[in-house]
Amino acid sequence: MTSTSVAFDKARSEGRAALVGYLPAGFPDVEGSIAALKVMVSAGCDVIEIGLPYSDPVMDGPTIQAAAQQALDNGVRTADVLRTVEAVAATGVPTLVMTYWNPIERYGVDRFAQQLLDAGGAGLITPDLTPDFAPEWIAAADQRELDKVFLVAPSSTEERIALTTAACRGFVYATAVMGVTGARTTTSDLAGPLVSRAKAATDLPIGVGLGVSNGAQAAELATYADGVIVGSAFVRALQDHPDDRAAGLAAIGALTEDLAAGVAGVVRA
Amino acid sequence: MSTTGTTSGYDADGFGWFGGAGAFGGRFMPEALMAALDELDVAWQQAMLDPSFVAEFEGLLHTYAGVPSMVYDAHRLSEVAGARILLKREDLNHTGAHKIRNVLGQALLTKRMGKTRVIAETGAGQHGVASATAAAYLGLDCTVYMGEVDTERQALNVARMQLLGAEVIPVRSGSSTLKDAINEALRDWVASVDHTAYLFGTAAGPHPFPSLVLSFVRGIGDEARQQCLDLTGRLPDAIAACVGGGSNAIGLFAGFLDDPEVAIYGFEAGGDGVETGRHAATIFAGSIGVLHGSRTFVLQDEDGQTIESHSISAGLDYPGVGPQHAALSQAGRASYLPVTDAEAMEAMALLARTEGIIPAIESAHAIAGTLKVAEERPGQTLLVNLSGRGDKDMGTAMEYFQLGKADAPAVGEGK
Repeated sequence: MTSTSVAFDKARSEGRAALVGYLPAGFPDVEGSIAALKVMVSAGCDVIEIGLPYSDPVMDGPTIQAAAQQALDNGVRTADVLRTVEAVAATGVPTLVMTYWNPIERYGVDRFAQQLLDAGGAGLITPDLTPDFAPEWIAAADQRELDKVFLVAPSSTEERIALTTAACRGFVYATAVMGVTGARTTTSDLAGPLVSRAKAATDLPIGVGLGVSNGAQAAELATYADGVIVGSAFVRALQDHPDDRAAGLAAIGALTEDLAAGVAGVVRA
Repeated sequence: MSTTGTTSGYDADGFGWFGGAGAFGGRFMPEALMAALDELDVAWQQAMLDPSFVAEFEGLLHTYAGVPSMVYDAHRLSEVAGARILLKREDLNHTGAHKIRNVLGQALLTKRMGKTRVIAETGAGQHGVASATAAAYLGLDCTVYMGEVDTERQALNVARMQLLGAEVIPVRSGSSTLKDAINEALRDWVASVDHTAYLFGTAAGPHPFPSLVLSFVRGIGDEARQQCLDLTGRLPDAIAACVGGGSNAIGLFAGFLDDPEVAIYGFEAGGDGVETGRHAATIFAGSIGVLHGSRTFVLQDEDGQTIESHSISAGLDYPGVGPQHAALSQAGRASYLPVTDAEAMEAMALLARTEGIIPAIESAHAIAGTLKVAEERPGQTLLVNLSGRGDKDMGTAMEYFQLGKADAPAVGEGK
């Protein structure tokens, strides 16, 4: 039982879905991302994902691409990501890193895993690494009981869902649209069937990401998902206030409260 | 002569690993694409075992693309080089490069799989033009992603693709070049994979692309081997090709991998010189990493962020390389060396003036490198893949050599 599964269980015991919030480290700058992530924690996120900015983010849409590029242009380093994890994990909320694979391989898989553990991090979400190509990461994570969050998709076969969920620890990340990250106005009709298929294969909680940007969408998703994952909408909230840090943090806080109410089934008009 | 289906001792295993499990290649991709890649792998393997598919592919290469291209004994260049230089004339293929082989194979496979749309990335525009050509011929919808920087420096190829009926989408993310065009094509594919095939432009990317592309381009080497035997009565002493992603090179090399007496050279883009940091010599000066789905040599910084590559040749301007080349380098079977922009341009002019052949700047890297090899191997027979023709590069050549203005004042306009 890792801290992430405990957070999902706690939400479940309260009769609601968990709220999982994402921001890239170093956006708008390292201190700014730490401040924003702390607001997300205090306003109701149950689990935090910190993105490691990468030069070639093939699974990300324009919003997160731009944020990651800004972070890289500002000179953010892998060590800064670990520093961000340490600051956010100190709040007590389970904190994972979401990363493309090459930066971890380059840093050294064991070295990163150990420093992530030392920083209080809960584990990794790996959008371009599947269990069948992850023997090094699986070994490093198992040795330290770090969460291994792999993704399932609407296109996954039953065989691959079984393989993937069996390799996960913490939760299973269901990408419920076929496409890149980004806020969407309509929810996907692929999400429900995917969650059902994943639940048939595992007892782990299922977190769903499909471009949720408001409480109403979160509430709809919370009727069948164990966790609602929100990323681009948080990034957008900061991007909307490029020159006013306080206003950006206020927008992050308001969005978190709206989403938290949504996952609890209370939708404000 | 068969263009497909043969193997070498350097092939990938069933998971796409070259040089041993976990070494080079593999499939580092989003789960959303895994089923499609598995489906592609199965369909490709079945197709290659189906004599009617192979016959259709080879027939199309012959009747439509002009394959097999000839091997040409370059006497005057040989005199300059001090070694016998043979040129595999892939520049004479339809659309002007070896790339037509790959796209015809992949587009036929697309039809066989019942998909109706193809997407492709392109740097210089050659793969984009070839993809648009194959799509037009086979009646498929075609979208080509091209870095905005490249659309500007290769406007002629943009126009060719559009005339062929393809949609060209400029990519403004990242460095707005080939690697970003690949990123954008992958993003399209994640959302369109049920009806769309990704015609990958080089022998790189996630498994099965490196092996699949090789199977369609290996005719280059198989043909050249036989043509060289027919022409000279023996195998060449060495073979050479330029290496960006490395599809023309692996196509040539494949025919000779199991001939240990044949030395193999790959020439990477040295740009302004490897020591300046402005180059695309991925194997020579890069380090092992994961880019665009496979573990290979990559130009990257200490944190694993991709470093932008530089080359006067858009087709070699890529910070990664096909994983089989990485494995061949590591195994010592092939040598990979850099050739600078200046050396390549000099070779372009030399080939034009000695043989009346204007090569693509990519292929000029192979010529320049071979001239250096000739110094170490005087009198030997060196087979070079002339992978493409230089029409597309005339804008660059005009600027580089200050061409396009008449050499003397006009005559016949006297008062």
